[in-house]
Amino acid sequence: MNLLEIENLHVSAQGKEILKGLSLVIRAGEVHAIMGPNGSGKSTLSYTLAGREGYEITAGRILYRGEDLTPLAPEERAAKRIFLALQYPVEIPGVTTMNFLKAALNAQRRARGEGEFDALSVLRLVRETAAGLNIPEEMLRRALNVGFSGGEKKRLEILQMALFEPSLAILDETDSGLDIDALKLVADGVNRLCAPDRAMLVITHYQRLLNYIVPDRVHVMTDGRIAAEGGRELAQELEAKGYAGFVRDAA
Amino acid sequence: MAAIEKTRERVASLGEKYKYGFVTDIEMERAPRGLGEDIVRLISAKKGEPDWMLEWRLSAYRRWREMREPSWARVHYPKIDYEQAYYYAAPKIAEKPKSLDEIDPKLLETYEKLGIPLHEQKLLAGVAVDAVFDSISVATTFKAKLAEAGVIFCPISEAIRDHGDLVRKYLGSVVPVSDNFFATLNSAVFSDGSFVYVPKGVRCPMELSTYFRINASETGQFERTLIIADEGSYVSYLEGCTAPKRDENQLHAAVVELVALEGAEIKYSTVQNWYPGDEEGRGGIYNFVTKRGDCRGRRSKISWTQVETGSAITWKYPSCILRGDDTVGEFYSIAIANHFQQADTGTKMIHLGRNTRSRIVSKGISAGRAQNTYRGLVSVHPRAANARNHTQCDSLLIGKECGAHTVPYIESRNPTARIEHEATTSKIADDQLFYCLSRGIGQEEAVALIVNGFCREVLQQLPMEFAVEAQKLVGISLEGSVG
Repeated sequence: MNLLEIENLHVSAQGKEILKGLSLVIRAGEVHAIMGPNGSGKSTLSYTLAGREGYEITAGRILYRGEDLTPLAPEERAAKRIFLALQYPVEIPGVTTMNFLKAALNAQRRARGEGEFDALSVLRLVRETAAGLNIPEEMLRRALNVGFSGGEKKRLEILQMALFEPSLAILDETDSGLDIDALKLVADGVNRLCAPDRAMLVITHYQRLLNYIVPDRVHVMTDGRIAAEGGRELAQELEAKGYAGFVRDAA
Repeated sequence: MAAIEKTRERVASLGEKYKYGFVTDIEMERAPRGLGEDIVRLISAKKGEPDWMLEWRLSAYRRWREMREPSWARVHYPKIDYEQAYYYAAPKIAEKPKSLDEIDPKLLETYEKLGIPLHEQKLLAGVAVDAVFDSISVATTFKAKLAEAGVIFCPISEAIRDHGDLVRKYLGSVVPVSDNFFATLNSAVFSDGSFVYVPKGVRCPMELSTYFRINASETGQFERTLIIADEGSYVSYLEGCTAPKRDENQLHAAVVELVALEGAEIKYSTVQNWYPGDEEGRGGIYNFVTKRGDCRGRRSKISWTQVETGSAITWKYPSCILRGDDTVGEFYSIAIANHFQQADTGTKMIHLGRNTRSRIVSKGISAGRAQNTYRGLVSVHPRAANARNHTQCDSLLIGKECGAHTVPYIESRNPTARIEHEATTSKIADDQLFYCLSRGIGQEEAVALIVNGFCREVLQQLPMEFAVEAQKLVGISLEGSVG
């Protein structure tokens, strides 16, 4: 089944066209990687998928499980199990990580018509999931992302991914700013969450993440379009050739 | 389409935002409109007061006649016509009910609806309540249990009759009759409020609370609260306030006096949710309040915590006079102003004694077209060697049309004083909101979450029973402020 179908997508932000006819199909159970240089529109794609305000679809469409995503607000998409791990997770002072996770879990459950978890069930679920990802409990008591190291922030994103059990997980440059150990931890988390009913879209600038997360398909993105597409070997080719070659190919 | 639907839902929900806006239909007894010596005499007579009290009121009234309404605060409102208001309104009761069973069921129902059941078995365990309805106290719970510990908790009108010596000794000793225009007016016409006396060495066994309800229209509420903590005692007191929705503005001018004797501690918390007016700025309470605590004895401590979400205008500066050596004053404040609300609030810490310490944490949140001002004074007198103050003022802006202002006054006349002031102004960032949304948390809940986080330091100061309510209130007050 096609979980996500993007057809000829054009997106503008602040009056400037950034995605210029992007098409992409992802099926359940697959891991896709999108690689591209800075400014190619990778983050615009992830924000558009998550429904962020200010990203205007001027043409084309996005189908998720056959349904048009466009009219859905970001929180509705989250409830439908689309998850975006952000490149720069945001700090929210005074809100403990545990409280935030509880609010998010229950908001999603409410939207799906499921009962809310009580405080104790959330506590248990979060603790267990965190332990599985080697996330110390102490981190859950701290204010959300406040004073977290880059690695801690990204691990918290992975923890959320594990808790929310998304059908489509988009990881926007989750590898940026991580040292090799943190990178391995994050990749390990992602690998463990691979499942037949779950698709992942891993967006990255560098090939190195793909040493640890092995994609089914690799797409090279330049100037708002997919310039090349292939198997995992494409990532290696890219490493050797650099983006410059693809930019020319695209033109 | 989604946007239109949302707008419609939002408009529909507007009417329900202030859920305490109902009016209780009950037969009322009022004094005639306007203010004169006759009205003061009438109020005093209604309360069956002794002569000294009447004289005290009359001298306040005469003084008030000479005074002018202050205009230094950053609040704007049309001139109040004091001759057009009512100064006394009370539900008709033949005689003071002896037990809850004799209280008009409509009153009990009102408090049930407000979430304050007055039957002791239904009450929060460990909280005693005095319920003030317009100008009179209608019920005080757990009096007997408190009396066992020697604690007096009763309406001030009753205290004037039954504990005249105590009242006479302390009333006006912290906020003098001539203190300011509104306090002087209150001294002349105050109707009811709570009186607390905690004897030497007693730790009050329960939280005490007063619930103030304005019901009658065109009527001012002038409550008066006096709390005395004798040597080595401790008491925690909380007040809550609501009023019906009306297009008119109603005046609320309270005076609260706290006296902490040697080694005593008073913790005073307020959750103020008077009707704030509608989205266009029509109606709402004018909340002009004088609150002051006197750390009269050595090593005493007074701590104010306030959550101010209601009122069209708030003019309020709960203060501490740090008279005794080694005394401590604290002020923790959350002031939320949305739509057309105006808040001018803060504190005064007057350091008179040696080694006195004060701490101020103020969190101001402005949304809509509201204006929110922190105004504070830290004053160190020549004798106050080694005085310490730390002030932190944080402002959070939601939207583009609101304002936050910080006006700190610092006066130090002792070279050993150490005074620190920190201030920040921030906005709810788009990326914070988006982060919450992308995790499934809707807009209103996201704002509430972020603001509650911003206020956390202050919310933590509230008694546990009320902290959860206060958190919800913070969210409700800001509904419709984003998007």
